Amino acid sequence: MADVALRRPPQIGLALVADERSVRLEAIDRVSRFAVRGDADAAAIIGRAFGVALPTEPWRAAFDGPLAALWLGPDEWLLLAEGGDPEAISAEVAGAVGGRPCSWVDVSHRNAGFLLSGPDAADVLNSGCPLPLGLAAFPVGRCTRTLFGKAEIVLWRTGETAFRIEVWRSFAAYAAGLIAEAAREHAVPAA
Amino acid sequence: MSHPAFRTAAGGRIDRTRPVRFTFDGKSYTGFAGDTLASALLASGVHLMGRSFKYHRPRGPIAAGSEEPNALVGVTGPNGRETPNLRATQVEIYDGLVAVSQNRWPSLAFDANAVNDLFWPLLPSGFYYKTFMGPSVLGATRAWKSIYEPVIRRAAGLGRAPAAPDPDHYASRFVHSDVLVIGAGPAGIAAAMAASAAGAQVILCDEQAELGGSLLADTLSRIDGRPAAQWLDGALASLAGRPNVTLLPRTQAFGYFADNFVALQQRVTDHLASPHTDMPRERLWQVRAREVVIAAGAIERPLVFPDNDRPGIMLADAARTHVARYGVRPGTRAVVFTACDTAYEAALALREAGVDVRLVADLRSDPAGAAADAVRRAGIRVAGATTVTGTRGRLRVSAVRLGSLTAGGEVVPGEEIACDLLLMSGGWTPSVHLHSQSRGKVVWSEDAQAFLPGAHAQRERSAGACRGVFGLAAALADGAAAGRVAAMKAGFTPNGAPSPAVEELAHSWHGVLGACPHHRDPARVKAFVDFQNDVTAKDLELATREGFRSIEHVKRFTTTGMATDQGKTSNVNALAIVSKATAAPVPAVGLTTFRMPYTPVTFGVLAGHNRGELFDPVRTTPIHSWAVEKGAVFEDVGLWKRARYFPRAGEDMHAAVSRECRTARACVGLLDASTLGKIEVVGPDAAELLERMYVNPWRKLQPGRCRYGLLLNEAGYVIDDGVAARVAPDRFHVTTTTGGAPRVLAMMEDYLQTEFPELKVWLTSTTEQWAVIAVQGPRARDVLAPLVEGIDLRCEAFPHMAMREGRICGVPTRLFRVSFTGELGYEVNVPADFGRAVWEAIWSRVLEAGGCAYGTEAMHVLRAEKGYIIVGQETDGTVTPDDLGLGWAIGKAKADFVGKRSLVRPDMLAAGRKQLVGLVTADPATVLEEGAQITRDADPAKGSPALGHVTSSYWSDASGRSIALALVAGGRARIGETLHVPMPGKAVAVTVASPVFLDPKGERLDG
Repeated sequence: MADVALRRPPQIGLALVADERSVRLEAIDRVSRFAVRGDADAAAIIGRAFGVALPTEPWRAAFDGPLAALWLGPDEWLLLAEGGDPEAISAEVAGAVGGRPCSWVDVSHRNAGFLLSGPDAADVLNSGCPLPLGLAAFPVGRCTRTLFGKAEIVLWRTGETAFRIEVWRSFAAYAAGLIAEAAREHAVPAA
Repeated sequence: MSHPAFRTAAGGRIDRTRPVRFTFDGKSYTGFAGDTLASALLASGVHLMGRSFKYHRPRGPIAAGSEEPNALVGVTGPNGRETPNLRATQVEIYDGLVAVSQNRWPSLAFDANAVNDLFWPLLPSGFYYKTFMGPSVLGATRAWKSIYEPVIRRAAGLGRAPAAPDPDHYASRFVHSDVLVIGAGPAGIAAAMAASAAGAQVILCDEQAELGGSLLADTLSRIDGRPAAQWLDGALASLAGRPNVTLLPRTQAFGYFADNFVALQQRVTDHLASPHTDMPRERLWQVRAREVVIAAGAIERPLVFPDNDRPGIMLADAARTHVARYGVRPGTRAVVFTACDTAYEAALALREAGVDVRLVADLRSDPAGAAADAVRRAGIRVAGATTVTGTRGRLRVSAVRLGSLTAGGEVVPGEEIACDLLLMSGGWTPSVHLHSQSRGKVVWSEDAQAFLPGAHAQRERSAGACRGVFGLAAALADGAAAGRVAAMKAGFTPNGAPSPAVEELAHSWHGVLGACPHHRDPARVKAFVDFQNDVTAKDLELATREGFRSIEHVKRFTTTGMATDQGKTSNVNALAIVSKATAAPVPAVGLTTFRMPYTPVTFGVLAGHNRGELFDPVRTTPIHSWAVEKGAVFEDVGLWKRARYFPRAGEDMHAAVSRECRTARACVGLLDASTLGKIEVVGPDAAELLERMYVNPWRKLQPGRCRYGLLLNEAGYVIDDGVAARVAPDRFHVTTTTGGAPRVLAMMEDYLQTEFPELKVWLTSTTEQWAVIAVQGPRARDVLAPLVEGIDLRCEAFPHMAMREGRICGVPTRLFRVSFTGELGYEVNVPADFGRAVWEAIWSRVLEAGGCAYGTEAMHVLRAEKGYIIVGQETDGTVTPDDLGLGWAIGKAKADFVGKRSLVRPDMLAAGRKQLVGLVTADPATVLEEGAQITRDADPAKGSPALGHVTSSYWSDASGRSIALALVAGGRARIGETLHVPMPGKAVAVTVASPVFLDPKGERLDG
């Protein structure tokens, strides 16, 4: 059943936007994702096995190539691996962790991933996200769990004008639709 | 076309090279870019712009800004959108603007309801409330509903609410700023300059189309040696060039909330003839500011004198604004009636523009000072100790009747002067609205004769006229100081830039409060206080005679200050009149509460993007698209869309559901159960946590086995249920109800963090990680067998209530053997991206076997036939496990679990509690109504209590008859008893039965 092995990401309709002058929204598919809970010792072991150290500084995302670790709470991280085989990664980490108390849960399919980029990306996000998203308050490398309209998202600033958005899959169409709606005015040429 | 008599030859901030055509009440007019609807109409000689709320008196604009009470118009936008009740003084004209007057029939000039004006003695204050006390023969309520309300609603009122959906869209923006400056007059601009110079991120907003406030109409003052307007241009250019400054014209700060959270309404495209369809009409800014500077300015007070509401009577500063800013002469022959020096500047500006200013009548006995001197030098007659006792003119003022004040306060009738414009100024009222909204105290200042900002509740400060600091130089200095302080408190180091040098006419800003004296019969004159709600001085005096003392009561009784302008021009005069009538000082009378919004706000801007498809997230499963393709009918379950049934050609819901049920019982059915809540509970104390949360015992549950869990609240009532599988000694896969998923996760996390922090266990929501495909029916195993790898499906190897990990269609699965139908059943969990493909693979097998897909409706019937409960349907927050017949689930040996202690309260153990039973109707074809009450007698006596109610009721194909579940008092002891379900027409006789209608021994579970 080789065809089955093809992942079918959540459908978000026509909501993806691409306007080079303002914002561009792209879906990021085939991501392995893991929810990690546990103490600092466990986190350190998991980071070594996963390939990128789990940040201990609040709201900090660490990344190395296709691997990223996002701090979401004092004992909570979201790990991302572009591509990759979630079962293989889980097996490797489980081997390293042994019996140490912690929680590793494969949530690869729970989320949809987006990259929102462009000069107006922060303003578009601020149409539904109440956080300050200026570079001083939310610098590159910062991540947090927050709200976007009526959806909970994980937001990670990957560049001055680029944000990674992780959202539960059934909220993906809503989040993309809200981005598309908020982006409308930004695509209008200045008078 | 602008009338040459009313449009000046030059000057003002309008663009005379860009004529703009618009219509008002169907008639075409031309103004210039930069005009408001009011200024353009005034330039065409039109003062009559509306009819008053109650008496339908002809009215024109008295103001030039957002405080305007009279000139309310309806505007139809380029896309057909109608907006009622806009202030003509704020509506910017554009080519093709269509505006209409309101509250008149058949026309503005002839309004049939103006007859109200003649019957005004019958419409006293409190009239509205008095209509509640109608003739008792009719019954007051009926009289109100059938007679008074429709008539009053039709006759009194504002514009028509639009009937069509709003074609526009509205944007929303959250923003944080170091300093928010509200109001871009001299104080606000100075504050923004100072704060931004210190490095603070500054937002400067103003309700007007242009930033500048009073500077836009100040042709007399000079700043730094330049005309005020030139200085303004320079200041705005400087601010616009600073990257840390955001300038927001056309933006009203309308609400001030906790933690320096201020809501701004920005009008983005209302002023444009053909806005781009992707541009929002308005934008809501939700600003979280470290520090706020309120520079809201002050509002000029009308004078309260007889017939003070005719078109052509306006506030002195509004006339000055129209002349200086819009190049409009509001009249040709003017009389100025004032108690404040600032009106002299208006007189000078009008005179400069060629208006024949015939007289300045001043209530004060000896008008003096620089402004009065300048007026006298200009050759304008000034009369002190003079009042206005009345005016003439029907659709426009034509003459002013004067009276002289004697030393004893008497009024001696005097001359009558013909005019087409009467300016009035009673002084200035500081705009303390936003300070008050911020929960700051407002205190009466004897010195200023005004309410001024007092103690602060938030990090805000007022600057300039809104805190009683009047005059250009003072406002600039005060604003700069406020800006520096705000920047400093926001963590910046302000510099000490010198205040600009200002040349202005020195004058006093004091005025008078309350009604002007006159010699006429007070019962026969109308001296308006609240123009928008048609409240006169007499109405307020009547209210005090009827015993009202608190201004809050007077306000509600007379409706003064309750119009859409919230009494911006009237509140203080009303207070002073009540103060005088009750011989109580103004602060003792009190001040009504300032509430948001400062000016009316559209519903659209509050809704923002939250409308249509974006009103709420619509959650769909990975298999949703398949169900859409198969023509499923969906139902909403929380935010989820779930397939309710799959009708085939010619089938109604009943037929489809019966077929789906029949097929599942006879063969196999396929249900998308992906919405089921799922929580991964991981850690060495995972079993211990479940032990403490759920009623069931978990410690001894072996990996690979499942248990039906029941969750109570502390009160001992069932709040959720679901099957949990032990995946490994330290890992459980817990399922919850679809609607309960977030609630259960939050509850468990709450207990974990607050009650059981010592437990080493963590929770992760996996609801959306797994697509869940329920395969139910005697053929379920056959259907799955060829697709599954690594799991022995034989009954003895994989019993009911077990879970196995393996692969299906090549992808990993957690395969549950569970049943919500009473049939052999599996729930296939696969990672969600594989959900549809695995579903389709199983679906082909189901088709070959002769099975079908079924929806939530069939699921409900199938589970009800087995007496399986649904939390929220069989439970209502007052139902215990024992009430449901689920007492067996409770771990009897457990020391504790959430709700355990409550289960032994006497009331929980009392006989006669409502218990879950089945009901069988005498006529098998009768399907009971869910929610119907159950009684002992067919025709119960009034007041006799119901024994319970029907919780679930369906046609059961398997039983060949209707079935129902019910909660009935002492129900299990009543099995076999006949009860009744009274319905309109006749009661339905029912027999109490076991809630399990099918296969009570569970023999079908193994297929």
